[in-house]
Amino acid sequence: MDKETLRSHWLDRPENVKTLWRGFLAVLALTVIAEPFVHLHPHFAVEALFGFHAWYGFAACAAMIVGAKALGLLLKRPDSYYGKAEDEHG
Amino acid sequence: MADLFFHPGLVLVLGAFLLPFLKGNARSAAILGLPLLALYCLWRLPEGTLWSAHWLGYELAPLAVDKLSRLFATIFLLMALGGGLFALGQKSRLEIPAAFVYAGSAVGVTLAGDLVTVFVCWELMAVGSTLVLWAGGTSGAFAASRRYVAIHLLGGVLLFAGVAGHLLDTGDATFTRMAPDSVAHWLILIGFLINAGAPPLSAWLPDAYPEASWSGSVFLSAFTTKTAVYVLLRGFPGTEFLIWIGLFMIFYGIVYALLENDMRRILAYSIVNQVGFMVAGIGIGTEMALNGAAAHAFSHIVYKALLLMSAGAVLAATGRRKCSELGGLFHSMPVTTICGSIGALAISSFPLTSGFISKSMVTQAAIDGQLLWVWLALAAASAGVFLHAGIKFPWFVFFQKDSGLRPADPPASMRWAMIAFSFICIALGVWPEPLYALLPYAVDYVPYTGAHVLTQLQLLLFSGLAFFVMLPWLKRTLTITLDVDWVYRVALAGLCRAGGRLLRGLGDGLRQALREVGSAVGSDIERQRRPGGLLLRSRPTGAMALWTMLMLLAYLLFYYLH
Repeated sequence: MDKETLRSHWLDRPENVKTLWRGFLAVLALTVIAEPFVHLHPHFAVEALFGFHAWYGFAACAAMIVGAKALGLLLKRPDSYYGKAEDEHG
Repeated sequence: MADLFFHPGLVLVLGAFLLPFLKGNARSAAILGLPLLALYCLWRLPEGTLWSAHWLGYELAPLAVDKLSRLFATIFLLMALGGGLFALGQKSRLEIPAAFVYAGSAVGVTLAGDLVTVFVCWELMAVGSTLVLWAGGTSGAFAASRRYVAIHLLGGVLLFAGVAGHLLDTGDATFTRMAPDSVAHWLILIGFLINAGAPPLSAWLPDAYPEASWSGSVFLSAFTTKTAVYVLLRGFPGTEFLIWIGLFMIFYGIVYALLENDMRRILAYSIVNQVGFMVAGIGIGTEMALNGAAAHAFSHIVYKALLLMSAGAVLAATGRRKCSELGGLFHSMPVTTICGSIGALAISSFPLTSGFISKSMVTQAAIDGQLLWVWLALAAASAGVFLHAGIKFPWFVFFQKDSGLRPADPPASMRWAMIAFSFICIALGVWPEPLYALLPYAVDYVPYTGAHVLTQLQLLLFSGLAFFVMLPWLKRTLTITLDVDWVYRVALAGLCRAGGRLLRGLGDGLRQALREVGSAVGSDIERQRRPGGLLLRSRPTGAMALWTMLMLLAYLLFYYLH
């Protein structure tokens, strides 16, 4: 397959990906800006902080990625470790 | 018995033995017809104990129905139907019959009114699921199935000991609510938890399931862990330490899935993660939490099967299973991409999907109980689910860098199975009332409030932002991550080998020593047998006569002394 057909999809064009990014960031901002307009009823004190779910979600994920990375340093092995590099293709 | 009811589980188990004799369209019709027939039988059953039997002085109830058991039996049968449709083109003649025995015995557990029937069906499930693994046909599948069956036999032994102890303690076989207050009940609880994928033995799940065939792992994802959720729901609701077990499973699943490269192992870890939400709900134990755990089991089976179907379609089309070798498949597999993404959104509990209306009940129960730390952990975990399964799986398989692979969407049977399950994921999310009506307790919960939708969107979308911002950290590498199975695959195996070497060494030493002593004695004897040696020396007759006389004298002497 030649390069032209491989790159034919609109998602393959960098400018469209850039637009998607902008849209994503706009939606992110919207979810936080919308907060004062929605009747939130916080159940815990911490939940009443502005944009709690936004920054908590981000921070929790960042922490989990870092945590996983740290654990990986200790426990990662090549995937032929158990002596079965069984690849089913070919 | 005048009121003879067909047992829906038996319909599948007996039907499974019919399948090998059928071919072509008749076989396809039977594969789709049997689960439908079983569903029909199930929904005709009234509530209550329908079959009873006596065994060794105990009252057994092999067929008993209430709302909880009907809910789980229904989703198991729906799963057998969807999985059967997906697997219609499977070349292995063993897999679907094995899967039907497996599904039928899982239904048997949910409809069992006593612990003896639970145990019998439990073991039959282990047999069925092991056969599904065997049907994978690779050496990896066979090796994994041996480890799988060893762990499940261990769980079965513990469960059997527990059930026997419970029978001795109480004299009653009825499967009712228990508390971890005796050795027997602890053994039962541990037996249940092993099948749920709880620590420390959770590694059996990601070790075994991804080794099955492209359709086998769809069946495997549904029954064992969710049957464990069912028996925990019935047997140990409100057992507080289950909250901590559940939370551990949730984060274990996320962290290991983040490190994983094999697409089906990612999904296997996320089974442990999702079952963790259910186990935590069972630990909280309020009506809201138990409803949430049951509802989440229902929606989980559908979207997890859907995710594994999309992964199975990719595996069947490309033969590849590593994220590092996949990517860009959305170009040529649009149906699979869309269905897989719907499953990914549902597992992440996006609004308008099934996960949103079920998982949030568990979270709500933590709020109602004012369990701040549990709630914080569940919220972090909800974000983490989007991270490890909701984006990571579809991103690395269908999007990311272009692998250049252009496989076509799978055949019609597989496409329709995925489309049907995608439909259920969205239908439940849009219209949750029918599911809520099936739950064991009356539901007093409104999932769609402005606050809930907005906070959930914040949580998930910012989790997505974290994913893309930290993408370089998540780059796939050709690695696996060691788990507890290392203990029995490497450490214990090494210990056994070392022990064997030691014993062999000792044995060799002993043999060597014996040989030396033996040959020394032998050569000594040999020396004495040569002419002039002790044994072959010729002696004069006179000397012999003298010795004989001395002997006779000694005899005489002793005779008188006596």
